Amino acid sequence: MAVKARSRRQPDDVSGTPVPADPWPEIMRGLEGGRSDLVPVLQRVQAAFGYLPEDSVRRIARWLKLSESEVFGVATFYAQFRFTPPGRHHLRVCLGTACHVKGGVQMMETLERRLGVGAGQTTADGEYDVERVACLGCCALAPVVTLDEDIHGQMSVLQLQELLDAETSA
Amino acid sequence: MPRRLLDRPPTLSIQEALAKARDPDAYIADDGKAEIRICAGTACHASGRLEVREAFAAELSGRGLTETVRVVETGCHGFCEEGPIVVLRPRGVFYPHVRPEDVPKIVEASVVNDDVYQKRLYKDPVTKQRIAHEKDIPFYVGQGRRVLGLNGKIDPYSIDDYLAHGGYQALAKALAGDDPEAVVETITRSGLRGRGGAGFSTGTKWGLARKAPGDTKYIICNADEGDPGAFMDRSVLEGDPHEVLEGMIIAAFAIGAGEGYVYVRHEYQFAVDRLRHALAQARERGILGEHVLGCDFSFDVHISEGAGAFVCGEETALMASIEGRRGMPRTRPPYPAVEGLFGKPTNINNVETYANVPWIINNGAAAFAAQGTASSKGTKIFSLTGKIANGGLVEVPMGATLRHVIFDIGGGVSSGHHFKAVQLGGPSGGCLPESLLDESIDYESLTAAGSMMGSGGMVVVDDSTCMVDFAKFFLMFTAEESCGKCAPCRIGTGHLVDILDRICAGKGELADLDRLEVLARVIKNGSLCGLGQTAPNPVLSSLRYFRDEFVEHIVEKRCRAVVCRDLVQYRIIPGNCTGCQRCVQVCPTGAITGPRAEAHNLDPEKCIKCRSCYEVCRFDAIAGDAIVIESRGENAR
Repeated sequence: MAVKARSRRQPDDVSGTPVPADPWPEIMRGLEGGRSDLVPVLQRVQAAFGYLPEDSVRRIARWLKLSESEVFGVATFYAQFRFTPPGRHHLRVCLGTACHVKGGVQMMETLERRLGVGAGQTTADGEYDVERVACLGCCALAPVVTLDEDIHGQMSVLQLQELLDAETSA
Repeated sequence: MPRRLLDRPPTLSIQEALAKARDPDAYIADDGKAEIRICAGTACHASGRLEVREAFAAELSGRGLTETVRVVETGCHGFCEEGPIVVLRPRGVFYPHVRPEDVPKIVEASVVNDDVYQKRLYKDPVTKQRIAHEKDIPFYVGQGRRVLGLNGKIDPYSIDDYLAHGGYQALAKALAGDDPEAVVETITRSGLRGRGGAGFSTGTKWGLARKAPGDTKYIICNADEGDPGAFMDRSVLEGDPHEVLEGMIIAAFAIGAGEGYVYVRHEYQFAVDRLRHALAQARERGILGEHVLGCDFSFDVHISEGAGAFVCGEETALMASIEGRRGMPRTRPPYPAVEGLFGKPTNINNVETYANVPWIINNGAAAFAAQGTASSKGTKIFSLTGKIANGGLVEVPMGATLRHVIFDIGGGVSSGHHFKAVQLGGPSGGCLPESLLDESIDYESLTAAGSMMGSGGMVVVDDSTCMVDFAKFFLMFTAEESCGKCAPCRIGTGHLVDILDRICAGKGELADLDRLEVLARVIKNGSLCGLGQTAPNPVLSSLRYFRDEFVEHIVEKRCRAVVCRDLVQYRIIPGNCTGCQRCVQVCPTGAITGPRAEAHNLDPEKCIKCRSCYEVCRFDAIAGDAIVIESRGENAR
């Protein structure tokens, strides 16, 4: 069961490649520059760049009058933030309880075998990054794998391989 | 600090303000018209509801019916296993698993004519009967939907729908009474307890925050639903966001708070979006912001998106996160009611707790307390998942038995396997065996049985789940999510995982079982917050009820559920193999060999146990059952 929900991220709206003029005014819009703006501002930076570039951390630290280590400390604490550019396509494997009892681990292993990278890594060609998530909340569809915005439910090892075949040949 | 209303007769002015908040021209769902309701919950979305909606729109416009029949996208219907779900009003004809190509037939049968499209009706997995109406489906019959009452009925983007169905009447009533003390009293007498898991009396909590000195107070709604396998809060927020908001505003009025936060997982984009919309609408209609419904009471709500840390479900960690710090818990006391967000008195409740409040105010404490057991009142929502025939969202009165939920509503275990255990309360909870299925669902019984109410995750597992592996799964989760602040949790959970790993690999010894128990007790007693204090529960409950499986792994090196990889092997049964070569093609390591039309060979040395051949044999091959996964040495017996 696979559904195209929305078109995939375009290759040029991720890191390394041009980002719209200067995203910073938009990132800071509506925020007051207080300590409690730290997590929202990190979230906006990641939304704009696809990850948290090193100089963005410096810039945020100056703006919020915090030390860089403090900003890094908060950013590394939360699972949402990444410090390397994401792949062009984003694969997520749900390893929540329902997915676990229905074979989520096999899904992750299939990806590791096929792509040569594990959870939290990006393939050398920058094509895919793989992430494990604790629960996507659509447990009735377990096991679930998502590719970009598309949710693929009730997957099997074979269906996942077919999905990757179709993607790599496309 | 009693609040005085503006200079008008109180009841009239508030009711007038409420009446004015409604747009008389707005479309109102579920008021007896012909209507096509499509579930827009996350699971139905993933199953393709967008295509189904487009198909309905096209079909209706092709037949010139767009003026007479509306398509309404609602919140979660709860029967997530059956998505995408479409219900046709006013008769309530229920169509599960709707595909775009079914749409013309459904419209022809149930919209144009007063009939049903038999082929797509729900089929009861037990009786094999087709059932046409939502109200007759066993999954719904056994429930008592109160908090979820409007879920699936109204459009979550429409405040007018909510208002038309009695929404914000409780707020008007509370404001008209002009007595915050009385509101606290009503909630206390109702016996409502926290639905996030710990089960503390909500009224008592409100009372403490109300009495705490200070002019600035906060309300927080905890929507950081982190338990894997739990999605009740998300569904309530997605399906009926105003219900939660109304509960929060009443709470703010009761304790005297001027600002509130909803802390919601950033993964829950649908919920965030609908909540944001609800807040904007409520502000526009004078229900939120300065002078709520014209009264001398102002309150506004911010949304704080969590950045992915399970520990932030703990109240002090959650507040640290809103303040822009690492989400680490701190010692209590002081409790948040006295010293909470930004050091101010704060009331923090879970989504489902707030969602119960409007009903209690509307119907009174006694009516709420009439349902449930001596100490647990009202209803509880569970997300029923795992190896269950009818998975989804279930709301039952407290005191219902586990058997009722799993077998009467859930239809029992799917796929011909045998029920083994039910896991409640997520990583903080425990597994209960079949012998405890007649336990009543209430806070005390579940805790006594070694599990807990938790936030409402209910995962059913059958004999294909290994209890040692299952316990390891939860411990790996908590070990990973431990914030690292206190040693028992940070170091202890890691050691529990190591020991369980050893047992799963067939390298355990019997003394490991004692080590598990001793270590579990240390973690329980020594940890700072709820995460650590409850982390060992999955191990302790599994050891209590499924000790023989642990012993089997250690002594016989056998995993009866054939899950633990080091203890199983794959084998081809020569007599069943037709030599179709499908498994040869899919094997990633070349472990399977053999010419066409002759029984194949599987080299156990090369086999990495990836399951590809097993699946392909089941679904694609001619034989269908030539490859087996079995415990090591089993074929030798």
